[in-house]
Amino acid sequence: MDVRLKVKRQDGTQPDSSHYDEYTVEMPEGATMLDALLQVRDYEDGGLALRYSCRSSICGSCAMRVNGRARLACKTKASDMANGDEPILVEPLGNMPVIKDLVTDMEVHWDKVRRITPWLENSGPEPEREHIVMHETMVDVSNALSCIQCGACVSDCTVLEVDKHFIGPAAFAKAYRFVGDPRDDTTMDRLKALSSAKGGIWDCTRCNICVEVCPKDIRPMDRIMQLREQVVNAGVEGGIGARHGTAFAGSVRRTGRLDEVRLLPESVGMFNAPRLLKELPGAFRMMRAGKLPWKDTLPLFSKPIAGIAHVRRLFDNARSEKKEAKR
Amino acid sequence: MRYAFWPGCVSKGACPELYESMILTSAKLGIELEELYDGNCTGAGVISEHEPELADALNARNFAMAQKMGLDLINICSTCQGVQSLVQEKLDRDEEYRAKINAQLAEEGLEYKPGLVIKNFMWVLAEDLGLDKLKEQVVRPLTGLRCGPFYGCYILRPSRILGMEEHPERDDYLEQIIAAVGAEAVEYEGKDKCCGFPILTNNRKNSLTQTGTHIHEAKNQGADCLVTPCPLCHLNLDAQQPSAAEVIERELNVPIIHLPQLIGLALGIDPDKLRMNRHVIGTQAVIDKVLAAVEA
Ligand code: SF4
Ligand code: SF4
Ligand code: FES
Repeated sequence: MDVRLKVKRQDGTQPDSSHYDEYTVEMPEGATMLDALLQVRDYEDGGLALRYSCRSSICGSCAMRVNGRARLACKTKASDMANGDEPILVEPLGNMPVIKDLVTDMEVHWDKVRRITPWLENSGPEPEREHIVMHETMVDVSNALSCIQCGACVSDCTVLEVDKHFIGPAAFAKAYRFVGDPRDDTTMDRLKALSSAKGGIWDCTRCNICVEVCPKDIRPMDRIMQLREQVVNAGVEGGIGARHGTAFAGSVRRTGRLDEVRLLPESVGMFNAPRLLKELPGAFRMMRAGKLPWKDTLPLFSKPIAGIAHVRRLFDNARSEKKEAKR
Repeated sequence: MRYAFWPGCVSKGACPELYESMILTSAKLGIELEELYDGNCTGAGVISEHEPELADALNARNFAMAQKMGLDLINICSTCQGVQSLVQEKLDRDEEYRAKINAQLAEEGLEYKPGLVIKNFMWVLAEDLGLDKLKEQVVRPLTGLRCGPFYGCYILRPSRILGMEEHPERDDYLEQIIAAVGAEAVEYEGKDKCCGFPILTNNRKNSLTQTGTHIHEAKNQGADCLVTPCPLCHLNLDAQQPSAAEVIERELNVPIIHLPQLIGLALGIDPDKLRMNRHVIGTQAVIDKVLAAVEA
């Protein structure tokens, strides 16, 4: 089969050098994107820079964007990427600087991993041999353990696009792996740090892109949600992010529905005057547009649904079960 | 076509124009809606962050109500769709878990059985009604109107639970619908990205930068408006747009249209009845363009 590629070329030291080159290579059915790119490099254009090693989705070095989404080139069949008349678009990972062509500088990613203390901390007495842990206790973290640090999730994360301080999906997944490890005895410190850090767990928008692109099904966003749950359960200060969740649930328990009008002040804090002032113009704009009827702005008038007793029962069930489990 | 209708909290709260336009548009299309008046909030993925099992039970309650009516469930919110599909996948896959949740619903005489069909209005248009049928009913083609599609994350991802295997074009329906009503879909990068709404309270700057960037990009590509099936995206894209413009230091002023409003315009419904006047960013330019196209 003919594989047509449109590859982004760039010399990282010269920001204006970026352009696209097109190639067509003859490949056997079932060839991967990596096979096709190596064919280009070996027979068409020896200058094409790309990174790879294992060729079997183990080492994590061949991640790049194909048709706008981060993927492992060695795990992606070229035939699956065919675009009809358009060539397959191949670009380097996003959210990090390019060194050359498809090779990016992963330092941005490693920096983030370093921020979460990526090793076990245990101040107790050294065991004579190894730490023995029950198999069952590791099941929950085993998924996060299989991350190959390919950076695909980092590349496409929508928050990293606007905020380079965000710790990001891969590092959070790694953090979860240590928070959940029974041998680590700094869980509380870790949760506090992850919750209060600049770019911490509450800054994730839950856009699901990391879930979508991860070639190892780590589902980093789900790990971030587990971290949020643990922060709340452990009673760690979660700031606006955690209060938002509590206020949201409170609203549903009260009326069965979400009451947006009360959500914002309850989340940022009823007495957080500077922040509330910032929101005032927005609230007025909405009222003027007839989007916030006056009667709804008075909590007195938000009427619960008919089956509210049943909704509250579901809340109480879940919560009493949680208390049971804690004991 | 009859559906159990879950309007979502936002269409009954801060986006009343979505609810009203949905009622009028569906009636015109021959889609009958039996509203779940007693339904509860899906939790929008927020309740499930801290109390996943509670969120599942709340959603199962809505599902069971639809099943009691013997109808498929329709929603008008990308976020509702995502949450509902995710919960449904869990419940359908795990019998033991389902029984546990059902035990809590029993007191209300409800039970969720696997296999409920849950569809966003956008999917219903493309799959149940059919785009050809939709085209036939257009009396006011939106010729010349350039619309930027804005999907909202949860109707696209995670794709494995959103029926994308069976319906691979679900990530292209907005473009197809825009074309079916005679308008033109504008390509721009942000169409499948995050509107930023979920972090508006926690990180206002990031949230508004996301919103502003997408709108600005679409505007640069010549969009007259954005069209979205998600009222939560609408809250950030429309109601927060003036603030987003300040944050990214760009002029924006791009009207944001709910999907049922777009359809309603093409079906010839009066723009005032579609509550096009209930937007923070005025929609007059869109209405003028639509009406001018008819006169021409
Ligand atoms: S879900 Fe969160 S961590 Fe994952 S890509 Fe989106 S914003 Fe980034
Ligand atoms: S979480 Fe997945 S996508 Fe992210 S670095 Fe690890 S393996 Fe790659
Ligand atoms: S070459 Fe190792 S993961 Fe692709």
